[in-house]
Amino acid sequence: MNEILLHIDHREVKARQGMTVLEAAISADIVIPTLCHHEKLEPYGGCRLCTVEVASNGRSKLVAACVYPVEENLVVRTRTDKVDRIRKMILELLLAHAPDAFDLQQLAKEYGADKNRFEKETSFCIHCGLCVRYCAEVKQKHAVGFVDRGTHKEISFVPSIAAEECWQCRECFPLCPTEALQAAYVLSTALFAGNIKKEE
Amino acid sequence: MPQIKTPAELETLRSEILASRDPDKPCITLCSGSACHASGSSDVAESLEQELEKQGLNQEVDIRRTGCHGFCERGPIIVIFPQKICYLQVTAEDVPEIITKTIKEQGIVHRLLCDDPDMGDKIVHESEIPFYKHQTRLIFGSNAKIDPTSMEDYLAIGGYSALAKALGQMSDTEVLEEVKRSNLRGRGGGGFPAGRKWEGSRNAPDKTKYVIVNADEGDPGAYMDRSLLEGNPHSILEGLTIGAYAVGSHEGYVYVRQEYPLAVENLNIAIKTAEEYGFLGKNILGTGFDFEVKVHQGAGAFVCGESTALMTALEGRVGEPRPKYIRSNIKGLWDRPSVLNNVETWANVPLIINRGADWFSQYGTEKSKGTKIFSLVGKIVNTGLVEVPMGMTLKDIIFKIGGGIPNGKQFKAVQTGGPSGGCIPESLLDLEVGFDELTKAGSMMGSGGMIVMDEDTCMVDVARYFIEFLTDESCGKCVPCREGLRQMLKILNRITKGRGREGDIELLEELSETAMEAALCALGKSAPNPFLSTLRYFREEYEAHIRDKRCPALACREMISFYIDPDKCRACMICMRKCPAGAVIGAKKTIHVIDQEKCTRCGTCFEVCPSRFSAVAKISGEPVPADLPRDQRTIIKKRQKNE
Repeated sequence: MNEILLHIDHREVKARQGMTVLEAAISADIVIPTLCHHEKLEPYGGCRLCTVEVASNGRSKLVAACVYPVEENLVVRTRTDKVDRIRKMILELLLAHAPDAFDLQQLAKEYGADKNRFEKETSFCIHCGLCVRYCAEVKQKHAVGFVDRGTHKEISFVPSIAAEECWQCRECFPLCPTEALQAAYVLSTALFAGNIKKEE
Repeated sequence: MPQIKTPAELETLRSEILASRDPDKPCITLCSGSACHASGSSDVAESLEQELEKQGLNQEVDIRRTGCHGFCERGPIIVIFPQKICYLQVTAEDVPEIITKTIKEQGIVHRLLCDDPDMGDKIVHESEIPFYKHQTRLIFGSNAKIDPTSMEDYLAIGGYSALAKALGQMSDTEVLEEVKRSNLRGRGGGGFPAGRKWEGSRNAPDKTKYVIVNADEGDPGAYMDRSLLEGNPHSILEGLTIGAYAVGSHEGYVYVRQEYPLAVENLNIAIKTAEEYGFLGKNILGTGFDFEVKVHQGAGAFVCGESTALMTALEGRVGEPRPKYIRSNIKGLWDRPSVLNNVETWANVPLIINRGADWFSQYGTEKSKGTKIFSLVGKIVNTGLVEVPMGMTLKDIIFKIGGGIPNGKQFKAVQTGGPSGGCIPESLLDLEVGFDELTKAGSMMGSGGMIVMDEDTCMVDVARYFIEFLTDESCGKCVPCREGLRQMLKILNRITKGRGREGDIELLEELSETAMEAALCALGKSAPNPFLSTLRYFREEYEAHIRDKRCPALACREMISFYIDPDKCRACMICMRKCPAGAVIGAKKTIHVIDQEKCTRCGTCFEVCPSRFSAVAKISGEPVPADLPRDQRTIIKKRQKNE
């Protein structure tokens, strides 16, 4: 029902009403890079790596493919100079935090991103929110969340919930695009804090 | 108070209120807005009550504590009716004299009047003061006439007559058409036509619709929405209810920031009384229209002024923007059609309904109609809130109304539109203020902040300040804003500390492009503006910082030095005593020198050096001249020399 025809990189792609550009691209085996996307989770639009150029009604603009809905006759370009430039910058910004992350390094090669462009502030976490959203949306446990905002934002486990749920689950660890160790570390400190509380 | 059941009953009540008021009875109105409150208006109010009682006049004179009058520089302000005598900067100590002289003896206390800068004379009436004379106070003027907690006061100036007209005499489509025809554009920042926004919601298939007041005013220096909410909350409720009727909504929200306690208090009082009178609730004025309003207090995030973040916060979740490729007026709060307009936008609605779109659109420019309230702050003689027709030039606002730059300094730039706005240089002072004109100049209307800067302001430092503000207020959800701003701030910090490098400007431009093109919300997309607009008009200042390690405005602390000119120093020892770092070395009859190692560049010596000596110099981008050798520092008076 409601089939929509759009063009991605000069190819005709059939999609259903309500799909996003990213979903349409995936269905046609067209690769758009992502970091915060997960098929089981609601689109988040945080990493902006899936930025593509779309043109409709004669106007072109940059949008995030993971949240932009398909439209009839939409023209999508996934690799323009501008798109590549922005992806390169996003990767360089993230590499300052997770210079050794495998996924980021692979993407950096593709887009010519220099991991030393910005001063290192190694924190592992790139705030993709996969662990936070997976725990909330799929597991419905809310054991891990974001605290603070902006440049101070970080992931944090809720000790009381984590103590009950996390060691049996740990499904969020492999989702982490930078270092699963980071999640493990944050979790263990949370559990440690929780234990201390219990003993008191 | 029995509920008012028909528009006719409202008019009867209004006539009764007006008949019970003697226009010749003396009434002392006292500005009690937040700014005047801070400068002691509560003490003045207390003193007024005591003094009237003491002089046995409390039955013959009314006191009205009103909202903000706008002339905050010179508050607390008293206006005495019926003569409309205006006294400025009144203190509790002035009150007995005011009562005796003006109320009892019908005289004037000349020392409390406003000076006329042109004639060198005194001005008696508020409307003749230059600050007010050039304004058109359609929205804001009512503040001075009413006690915001009094429904009678609001009814006495014609309150809720627009609601009665809309509900009683107009169909919902007629109301919508009138607003559309007025070309009222959103006063919160984007300038989107309000009527079109309403129409989108109205036509959306979902039956449940919401109308929302955005009172999350967060731009540094901006406080017009605050003053409207504090000073005339009913006008906003009336506008909101009319909007709800046009859109077909029965539930409204006011999202107000927690930092505005008086606004929240007055708004809650207004909602309660409006419900009692039957202006809110079921079957309003017997027309069958139902509408209720709830107040939601924010938790201190700037980003919650962004429409989708505000709605997410209203839903009880963390106030982060969400991707918005379907407009909020179609799919907003709880995915329902939601009309979000700013405080000032809603306050315009009753005027448009009462006086018509044609009347409204006679004010302003072709594309920006009506008036706009600006908060005029910074290096300006008359700090305050000003309301002018769209299309007035920046020059007129700053010089005619604002009184120009204090202390004989030169104007340098005016920052408009809040943190995401931009700086407009002197060469563009003839710019007519309007939504599109400001955007074209690289700035924006925003919610109407206007920060005036003088020659001592460093534009690189201004950009750094606003980027720091935005970095702090970024929600952190998307990379271009969170990480891009983090890096931009680092680079700007370096530049203003004298550690700028070749290539910094280009890198900042690249980071700006990424944020503008790829950030999630309007806050992120506009965040590079403070940098881009200052680069556009003041590029040479960036270059001086980076290449010559010089701050042309002599403002960036780590790039300047203070130096005492040995030919001018009279060894008065003032700077030596005042220096908090103990960095001035000297003694009686001994020329002072500054120990550059100890100096913290606070500028105290520069400020305290008597102007007849002016011996302390501020320098940047050049080495500090060597100190005089110790044996040459003794001052030998001329007389002694001659001997």
